[in-house]
Amino acid sequence: MDVLGSYNYWIVTFLMMAGLYTVISRGNLVKKIAGLNIFQTSVFIMYISFGYVKGGAAPILEDGVTLYSNPLPHVLILTAIVVGVATTALGLALVVRINEAYGTVEEDEIHVQDESF
Amino acid sequence: MDQLPSYLIVIPLLAAPLAVILPGRVLQWLLATVVSFVVLAIAGMILAQVIETGAISYAMGGWQPPWGIEIRVDILNALIVLIVAGIGAVVMPFAGRSASQEIDPQRSGLFYGLFLLTYTGLLGISMTGDIFNMFVFLEISSLSSYALIALGRDRRALTASYQYLIMGTIGATFFLIGVGMLYSMTGTLNMADLAARLPDVSHARTVHTAFAFIVAGVGLKLALFPVHLWLPNAYTYAPSAVSAFIAATATKVAVYVMLRVLYTVFGAEFSFATMPLAPILIALSLIGILVTSMTAVTQQDAKRLLAYSSVAQIGYMVVGLAIATPSGLTAAITHVFNHALMKGALFLALGAVAYRVGSTRISEIEGLGRAMPWTMSAFALAGLSLIGVPLTAGFISKWYLVVAALEQGWWWLAVFVLLTSLIAVMYVWRIIEAAWFRPLPAHREDVREAPLALLVPVWVLTAANIWFGVDTRLSAGIAATAADMLLGVTP
Repeated sequence: MDVLGSYNYWIVTFLMMAGLYTVISRGNLVKKIAGLNIFQTSVFIMYISFGYVKGGAAPILEDGVTLYSNPLPHVLILTAIVVGVATTALGLALVVRINEAYGTVEEDEIHVQDESF
Repeated sequence: MDQLPSYLIVIPLLAAPLAVILPGRVLQWLLATVVSFVVLAIAGMILAQVIETGAISYAMGGWQPPWGIEIRVDILNALIVLIVAGIGAVVMPFAGRSASQEIDPQRSGLFYGLFLLTYTGLLGISMTGDIFNMFVFLEISSLSSYALIALGRDRRALTASYQYLIMGTIGATFFLIGVGMLYSMTGTLNMADLAARLPDVSHARTVHTAFAFIVAGVGLKLALFPVHLWLPNAYTYAPSAVSAFIAATATKVAVYVMLRVLYTVFGAEFSFATMPLAPILIALSLIGILVTSMTAVTQQDAKRLLAYSSVAQIGYMVVGLAIATPSGLTAAITHVFNHALMKGALFLALGAVAYRVGSTRISEIEGLGRAMPWTMSAFALAGLSLIGVPLTAGFISKWYLVVAALEQGWWWLAVFVLLTSLIAVMYVWRIIEAAWFRPLPAHREDVREAPLALLVPVWVLTAANIWFGVDTRLSAGIAATAADMLLGVTP
């Protein structure tokens, strides 16, 4: 197996794990959203890598070109990016509201406030 | 009339922004209610047509499948669509009175807009024949329901919504990873086409990984134990109408996604013979049923109690699904239908309580049986259905589950179902005891019965619980046909 040749998939795996670990381990709500973002971005890179065809040209019809990259995963991932942006926006908006209601964005401090409530 | 299914997506989707810009709560509510009734009527027509002529396929925008997005409604989707549409058409009229009290008037347009978007998303998931499109609808319904939950009055609604957003997004992204891997192996996203191409590559590690990612992702969405922790908070702090709607539909649709992916896309043989999924799902569900039922017994808030009970009930569905025989699947699909009815009725009844009393804590429900007899007797009847007493809908689904277990020779599972139903007796009884066997506190003397606008939806669903406990042609009858179809058995 060509280990270095598929380096983009190694990057995907690394980003995926780093993002997921940040979401799970961090107590700061903003950092959690950042982790979630990295996690989603890794999937975008994965999809884009799927579309790569060795020696393929950009998928624009042109005389003399017979081999094209697959544009479909790129189109799919545009949709997924939109979903990711919406998720981030909504998540950060929630963090703003949480900050207004609790005066903090640290998970453990929010927990303490809810317990004493 | 092949374009009928597309109306189910287009009508609520266009109505959603319209509801936001309409002036005044009454108009917005009226629009949402009319849309929900129209959607229910169309869903009924679709079911009738599917029973008569078989699956309906509609190519969105005229692009033929497998290239374009196909909307494909067979007997299983038609039933799920009917559930979602029916619950929507019952909850939307209820939301008028309930939300006018719980939602800030300035936000009521957004409330109805989001409600319609969630509705669109859930209907879309249940009808699409394209697996990437399924992800998109999953996110439409999820994102709008996070926002809906955050509209709850308690500030804990915000943290509940945030928690749900994190878990839901991880689940959806897992699903997306799996879909991408399937695409890279087969070059197609159409579910029927995937089903045809996957057997050729089913030995590949990529397909196995994709399977694991998709199952884990959908498991998060359907609140499978132990990844159910987002659910109790979300259901507890959401506005009453939202709790009722989401509890009755969102997890059911996720169960549908699981059924569709396991049985249609991967095929029963790959899912249960090649991959060791059945023991995992059954073990997790059984532990989940036991743990969450016990947790439900100790809750102080009636909504939270029902939320934990929901996780347990999802366990029954997943057990039925994992048994992978016609009777097991029939049990799962029937329970999807019946559980929507009972949880819908129970959460709506609690919504009526919250309308009058302003709280759903069990200590605040004391004595309400005398002050709000109609609401609380509806709650009691739906509670009996949740336990699975004969002549209620709940009995039918548990009966099928026990039959499916005995067919396998798993008598222990039958005993387990009966024993955990006894735990359900315990938690339902706590609320009934508080409502009927405790004196009404002095400061509650002036509490009156809920208004008719709230009582009618509650009783419609309660009556449905009794009706489908006696006449099972629509629920178990269709579920059995759908189960045979999923397993490829010709009836």
